[in-house]
Amino acid sequence: MSKRRVVITGLGVVSPNGISLRSFNKAIQKGESGIRFEKELEKLKFSCQLAGKPIYSDDYLNNYFNNIELRGLNASGLEYGVIAGLDAWRDAGFELNNSDEPLWDVGVIFGTGILGVDKFREAIYKVDEGKVRRLGSTTVPQTMASGISAFLGGKIGCGNIVTTNSSACSTGTEAILMGYNHILTGQAEVILAGSTSDASPYVWGGFDAMRILPNKYNDNESKASRPMSASASGFVPGSGAGALIIESYEHAIKRGAKIYAEILGGNSNSGGQRNGGSMTAPNSIAVQKCIKDAIKNANITANDIDAINGHLTATSKDSTEIKNWCEALNRYGDDFPYINSLKGMTGHCLSASGSIEAVATVLELNNEYIFGNINCDDLNPKITALISEKSIPQKTISYQANIIAKASFGFGDVNACIIFKKYKNEK
Amino acid sequence: MSKEINIEELKSIIEPYVQNKENWDNLTDETDFINDLEINSANLVDIVLDIEDAFEIEIDNESMEQMLTIKSSITVIKDKINNK
Repeated sequence: MSKRRVVITGLGVVSPNGISLRSFNKAIQKGESGIRFEKELEKLKFSCQLAGKPIYSDDYLNNYFNNIELRGLNASGLEYGVIAGLDAWRDAGFELNNSDEPLWDVGVIFGTGILGVDKFREAIYKVDEGKVRRLGSTTVPQTMASGISAFLGGKIGCGNIVTTNSSACSTGTEAILMGYNHILTGQAEVILAGSTSDASPYVWGGFDAMRILPNKYNDNESKASRPMSASASGFVPGSGAGALIIESYEHAIKRGAKIYAEILGGNSNSGGQRNGGSMTAPNSIAVQKCIKDAIKNANITANDIDAINGHLTATSKDSTEIKNWCEALNRYGDDFPYINSLKGMTGHCLSASGSIEAVATVLELNNEYIFGNINCDDLNPKITALISEKSIPQKTISYQANIIAKASFGFGDVNACIIFKKYKNEK
Repeated sequence: MSKEINIEELKSIIEPYVQNKENWDNLTDETDFINDLEINSANLVDIVLDIEDAFEIEIDNESMEQMLTIKSSITVIKDKINNK
């Protein structure tokens, strides 16, 4: 039996450099940075006082939340996820389900690392003051991890799986893969998949404490996030959300939906924190296996890959990731595909990174470009020793890729890789 | 001196949570918050917090359980104001 075909029919994104699909599509082609100096982080004595944070006015939320939902809302990750999720839903040509019957074939898989930390802080203060009864009814839905999938599932009226996955920085890529598999196995027709991450010093502080964020760019914000650069000195923390409508091909064709791209397959695995892998570092053997197994699962060969959207966070370990891609694909030098990292513009959006970057990847396929890498005019020599400089465009190029691989790697030694294919109208 | 209860103020607190607008338009003292106005039961605690703030009182759990209609709510609020 041939494999069921799975396509992408809707996109939504809330990124530090664009809060709508249209503005994001423009920003990434222009190389616009969403990294800004944050006074709050300076006040709190962070080493890295920069962050990537989506920008919109409070009024903007009225398009997504009613007055009751807005009362006591203090969970940025919930805001980002709801905006991106509902935008993707509408972009796919769907409307909110106003009937009493749930949509049994439609589900939500929307991941996060932690949700509503600012709301949780509020709750902690009240509890410690002995005012637990003053928490009201809003604390739980804003701080439970699955608050985001629950909210979207309720708005849309979903009757299929509604869940939240969590695997650190591979969360977003994993969510898409889970949605893909759910449709592939015939358990659903449509899955709203994506991920979100709060903007908050309480999320970013732990990373600052690990000294893995850059501390020498506080007065040079747009230059701070430097994937693949010789002067990369750590990732800039980011936030936001990305969302994709994943749909069975038959279902999409039947309703005349526009199709952005096809998902050919993918893989997620773990390095077991063995062989160089740890809580914070990846086991390279596992990274390579994940890429190779994704290729195998997609029924393509390594040579079919035209471009890669890497994880590439802007640490000295970027060269290790490039080496892993080279060895997994057995492609080096001029033979290496194009590769880029969105994090130069957005920072590392943590649990949201995989989904925001997947949206960027699908936009590249659909609009036939490869966005340029910013802040790596001084390429890391360990990288140029492996692959050609031509593989790392510094400016956006017009290019009709057929297949792009997207991978994300996360704390806990977990990996995820998806193979996207350009959709060509077959009628 | 006890503060008078402003019914309109109480209604303005409840209104945003009301899902059955028809029954709200025909509100009586006996209208039930959950059965008639279809207020989400989880939101009752938010209404009580708003009432506490508006009338500067504290409502214990036992009293809260009685506050299911306009009439019973007024009784509780008056009682709390007078016993402040």
